[in-house]
Amino acid sequence: MHSSRRDFLKLTGIALIGAAVPDALLPAGLAPAWAGAPGFRPDVRALKAARWGMVIDLAKCRPDCTDCIAACHAAHNVPAFGNPKDEIAWIRRETFGRIFPAQVHRHLEPRRQAGPVIALCNHCANPPCVRVCPTGATFRRPDGIVMMDYHRCIGCRFCIAACPYGARGMNYRDPRPFIRRIDPGFPTRTRGVVEKCNFCVERLAVGKPPACVAACPYGALTFGDLEAPDSAVRRAIAGRTVLRRKPELGTEPQVYYTL
Amino acid sequence: MLEKALHGNHRYWGWLAFLAVVVGAGAFFYLRQLDYGLGITGMSRDVTWGLYIAQFTFLVGIAASAVMVVLPYYLHDYKAFGRITILGEFLAVAAVVMCVTFIVIDLGRPERAFNVLLHPAPRSILFWDMVVLTGYLVLNLVIGWTVLENERNGKAPPAWVKPLILLSIPWAISIHTVTAFIYAGLPGRDFWLTAIMAPRFLASAFASGPALLVLLCLVLRRWGGFDAGREPLQALARIIAYALAASLFFVLMELFTAFYSGIPGHTEPFRYLYAGLDGHTRLVPWMWTSAVLAVLALVLLIVPALRRNEAWLALACLAVFASLWIEKGLGLVVTGFIPSPLGQITEYTPTGPEVAITLGVWALGFVILTALYRIALGVRKETEA
Repeated sequence: MHSSRRDFLKLTGIALIGAAVPDALLPAGLAPAWAGAPGFRPDVRALKAARWGMVIDLAKCRPDCTDCIAACHAAHNVPAFGNPKDEIAWIRRETFGRIFPAQVHRHLEPRRQAGPVIALCNHCANPPCVRVCPTGATFRRPDGIVMMDYHRCIGCRFCIAACPYGARGMNYRDPRPFIRRIDPGFPTRTRGVVEKCNFCVERLAVGKPPACVAACPYGALTFGDLEAPDSAVRRAIAGRTVLRRKPELGTEPQVYYTL
Repeated sequence: MLEKALHGNHRYWGWLAFLAVVVGAGAFFYLRQLDYGLGITGMSRDVTWGLYIAQFTFLVGIAASAVMVVLPYYLHDYKAFGRITILGEFLAVAAVVMCVTFIVIDLGRPERAFNVLLHPAPRSILFWDMVVLTGYLVLNLVIGWTVLENERNGKAPPAWVKPLILLSIPWAISIHTVTAFIYAGLPGRDFWLTAIMAPRFLASAFASGPALLVLLCLVLRRWGGFDAGREPLQALARIIAYALAASLFFVLMELFTAFYSGIPGHTEPFRYLYAGLDGHTRLVPWMWTSAVLAVLALVLLIVPALRRNEAWLALACLAVFASLWIEKGLGLVVTGFIPSPLGQITEYTPTGPEVAITLGVWALGFVILTALYRIALGVRKETEA
């Protein structure tokens, strides 16, 4: 009894000291888990890339289909609040005119302008959301994926103001009652934190492609390593006219759209 | 000296009791907000900052404006401000406390606020805002308190205060500059993406802050048993006139750049503010009220005969304060989100609980201000007797 109480106090003390030390001052061995903490062994099946990217073929995307959104939102326990005020979406279907306002002109066929375009986080190479986050809760992994730590986020929403793509959503209320069926394979969020698409890091870690890519029945979504010349994404954009959202802002989006 | 805040007449205690009720109502609704989440406010998917952050932005200006009495008094030895410098410094203290409170109540997870210290991110402007606001609060509290304590003991302030006072002058500029950088460095929010944001913030702050100080001095003369005298108020009036003129000039420069270039991203927010966009006109009456009040106040402050009449001066200061509160505490923050990155227009109206919480924070600030002024004026009365 006595020794266990002492151990408990010792552990508590260590934990308290640990909590009080900023990350920047920690020795390299105690870096955050995602950077490869000691004892962490990645799954042998894990997919790896120098820079993950996605290509969306607008010619293949169908106006009557939302399979990618359904698959993503089910896999990530994204709540469906049912009203635009609280709405959170990791992937949203919008019109061509909304996603590419600079490409709209008077003589663009209405069918094209109203055509469906799906939008998700661009996992920018130069992400403004990461720059403005005051706690490092939003960060960029070495493989280019812009990720969030839902346990560190303080809910200041600076990242939402900084994102030029409307890719982020705030949990204005408890999301759990609004999740149709909770998938125990992915954590739910709490009220008061921001969330967004994570390029399915949890699926990549076990060798699976992103849920949206796997769900698309028309093969409109391609995912892969943008740095590898023979990768699926590089082949998908080779020789094609490519659009990226608001490239003039210098954020370097890693989601490409082919016409 | 603190004990001076515990002595007062019925009016003093009545005023504090009234403020306590408003604080209590705010606290009640804040508990509701903690329970439900920020969805209790009018903020939405598209407009993610509202009344709270707008009040924070406006009040940083009020805090920074203390420099308008500190600088002439300590740097130019302008004696007339000797009687009101402490009022300016204590106003800054109350304003910074309100700023910090508004930031905390705007957080989705306020219990994690210290993550900003645990995981410092110097790339984030919010990190620097925390640094400069905390520093400014400490500076004004230490300077004000030390000077007052020595005045009470009939001594000159100690030598070590002078460098702190000199430091507080650029520091005041820094708090509003850093606050402007929160907005002015974001790609894709064209309304805020303007290099003139910090100068604009400072100009409007140096008008609204001194205007509030004039009004407070007039209130203290009438009900507080303290007469600041005529000259300091007239000097403040001249400062307000210059700052207000600069502020209006800067807004006109924004309008020129937006409308002569004709770039939609720059014209649309201004059209939303002053004319309405696609039938959305919620802020239009407010913004025109603000514009009319500003021009009216400028006339009242420029015409010498009107400025010298303290009734007109009071009206002018009320107009300045109301006008700039609308501009910064209502229009500036919300309009940055209109239209949204996807070109949608979502309007924003604060909810009842949100307004109650906002009023509660203001009342909290006035509790602090009242107590600090009570102490300062108590010391004055003691030394003058």
